[in-house]
Amino acid sequence: MLNKRVWARSMLGAAAAVALAGPAWSQETLKIGLLATLEGPFAVPGQDSMRGADLALKLKNGMAGGKKIEFVKVSSDATPDKAVSATRKAVEQDKVQIMIGPLSGDEGIAVKNYAKSQPNITFINGSSGAQATTLSDPSPNFYRFNTEGAQWMVGLGEHALGKGYKKMFLISEDYGFPYSQVQGFMASYCAKGGKVVDKAWVPLGTKDYASVIAKIPKDVDALLVVLGGSDAVNFLTQYEQAGGDKPMIGGSITVDQTVLNFKGKRRESLLGTASAGPMADSIDTPEWKKFVADYKANFKDGFPSPSLFAYLYYINTKATLDALDAVKGDLSGGQKAYREALQKTNFKGPAGDVKIDSNRNGVGTTYITEVTKAPDGSFYNKVVKSVPDITQTLGLPEAEFKKMGLGSRDVPDCRK
Amino acid sequence: MSAAYWRRAMNIAPSKVATRTLVAPSPVAQTAPDAYAHSDAPRWLKSLWTRLSARHVLVALFVLLYPFIATPFFTYQVGAQALGLGLIALSLTFLGGYGGMVSLAQATVAGLAGYLVAIFGSSSMATISLGWPWWLAVPFAVAIATVFATLVGWLSVRTEGIYTIMITLAIGVAFFYLTQQNYTLFNGFQGFNQVFAPTVLELNFREPVPFYFLALACALAGYFFVKMLVRAPFGVALQGIRDNPRRMHALGYHVNAHRVAAYAVAGLMAAVGGVLMVWYNSRISPGTANVGAMIGILIIAVLGGMKHPIGAFIGAITYVLLQNFAIDAIPGFRERFNLVIGGVFLAIVLFSPDGLLGIWSKLRLHLMKGQSPTSNQRRLQ
Repeated sequence: MLNKRVWARSMLGAAAAVALAGPAWSQETLKIGLLATLEGPFAVPGQDSMRGADLALKLKNGMAGGKKIEFVKVSSDATPDKAVSATRKAVEQDKVQIMIGPLSGDEGIAVKNYAKSQPNITFINGSSGAQATTLSDPSPNFYRFNTEGAQWMVGLGEHALGKGYKKMFLISEDYGFPYSQVQGFMASYCAKGGKVVDKAWVPLGTKDYASVIAKIPKDVDALLVVLGGSDAVNFLTQYEQAGGDKPMIGGSITVDQTVLNFKGKRRESLLGTASAGPMADSIDTPEWKKFVADYKANFKDGFPSPSLFAYLYYINTKATLDALDAVKGDLSGGQKAYREALQKTNFKGPAGDVKIDSNRNGVGTTYITEVTKAPDGSFYNKVVKSVPDITQTLGLPEAEFKKMGLGSRDVPDCRK
Repeated sequence: MSAAYWRRAMNIAPSKVATRTLVAPSPVAQTAPDAYAHSDAPRWLKSLWTRLSARHVLVALFVLLYPFIATPFFTYQVGAQALGLGLIALSLTFLGGYGGMVSLAQATVAGLAGYLVAIFGSSSMATISLGWPWWLAVPFAVAIATVFATLVGWLSVRTEGIYTIMITLAIGVAFFYLTQQNYTLFNGFQGFNQVFAPTVLELNFREPVPFYFLALACALAGYFFVKMLVRAPFGVALQGIRDNPRRMHALGYHVNAHRVAAYAVAGLMAAVGGVLMVWYNSRISPGTANVGAMIGILIIAVLGGMKHPIGAFIGAITYVLLQNFAIDAIPGFRERFNLVIGGVFLAIVLFSPDGLLGIWSKLRLHLMKGQSPTSNQRRLQ
């Protein structure tokens, strides 16, 4: 008797469960791969990247093109091998149709090369910013809605000349991303008559800058410092201790919060240090303020303000989802219609318009900032100028840019 | 009696002893009469037939049929990668398990071979790569990497235990920084892109199935080479040196020469594995030879168990599966997948110091308890 009742009840429960689950099943789910660095040296930026992508999806209520969107998150440790392994797993094993990522430059080049072997899948960049990804041997199914390292520095060269810096000395980390940044700065700086008298390339993670500081000539007007994170802080401290007093121009990741919180005696001399990037914390537009408010509301464990990586993943994910809306989730025919919609993308992002060129690389705005003192005494990067519509050829005609070549240790060069 | 005569007499004596023991019937031969004594089949076939058991046939069938059952993803990213990594780990198993020398530089040797394939062969860096055909680039790469491994061995054989680990770690880290900071040869941080496996006789080794069989052929060659070598006089002497170098020295063996030779043999296997891995990734950069990679090879070898060459491959399969699928293990907490990887490694090492092979032999012991194993079997466990 008891058994019978239990049996009847469980049948009823099962029926109810099926009835409840029914509508959920009838709704189609679309899987999108999402790759960022959840391990290794960029684990913290990688986490914030995921927040940026999650935010873009949340603001659309988890839907795009009439389908429920499910992120298949995979991770790399910022090495290209791992990035390709993780991407391959998402594409071939989890069968995602669209793939977003990766985070860092060399990963981007490796994923682009892999994209060529998967012509039916669409790849959208996360935050990687190597020039070569879309400039040399691009893949027809790899899209990058953000601008890259060289574009982020456009306009800073003129700004430096405007401040009267005619001769500069370069200190930079020795890998792909700083090469791009230096090229973005020097392309216009050299063309307009500035001189970079010498370059000091230091390995990533250098602790001792004594030999570099000793090499700085007396007669330069300013230093171009393209270092990131702890490297920037180490250089700054040691330069101060050596009695250096030249003003500085920074790269896109040089003058970040760790540098602004610098407590040395030369703290005041940081004031007026110019740098440039695709976004700035103090952009004064309603779009940016809404973005920051949304970010804060959704991620209690996040940063006080979205990082560069969160912003870049956000705009790339938003472009991905908007194009899905435009084609109503139709990915048939080798995703032809979807890719046309991606190509036509043009929306007002938190920090300027988001659109792409014929190489499927972002054309966007760069913000030039200067370190300024806030009323409460803290330092922040104040936007002094924005330069819209920067192309990947840095505003130069394509033939002239090709003649210069991609940024490297020796390109561009204007010593004398 | 002149000294030369005396020496000749001394040299002859052991060989006489050796021949005598060889002709004496071994106890195994007495207990198990040769069932194929009257067959005309060649001797190697007969010996193969007597040693083969069902599980050998099953494993052979499985690895041969695997790419036709599995998806391209499982064939390439799981199968081929595990075989390539397994071959590098096998070189460490051989050094560590049979020679008693744990060298962290095996990933460095593999990385050097990979780099040399990129430098001698063709890649996207046309200014550095020499563009040699693969049949020229690969032998040169393997040969130079083997010489490098021999030099590493020559440097480190004078140390023991943890000091060997330290010195090989130092060499590996030095190589990593060299590749990261040298631009004329190693192209620094970016390394080489588009280092593709060749197409040989219409067979494109970039495709998953041909590449799987290439990796399988190399892995099997390495496996049987080690199996054969550890029974050959050189391998037996090496194990003797592992257990008691002083006694082996007193017996007249050149201990250091044997150890350096073991490094050379292991270097050859690691180099072949390195070539496979650079083709597998179709690129190489300093990350291939960093401390993480060196530790990875050690983890694979320890995870599988160092008492038998198969352990390296079992470890590699486990490692690759974990790397790929741990992220799916905790739904909702995908960011914490390293916890799963670390947990599994810890559990295996904690419960079985001999790795997965140790678990297997313990399991067998349990199953056999009912059948009351012979004393000989018990001793083998």
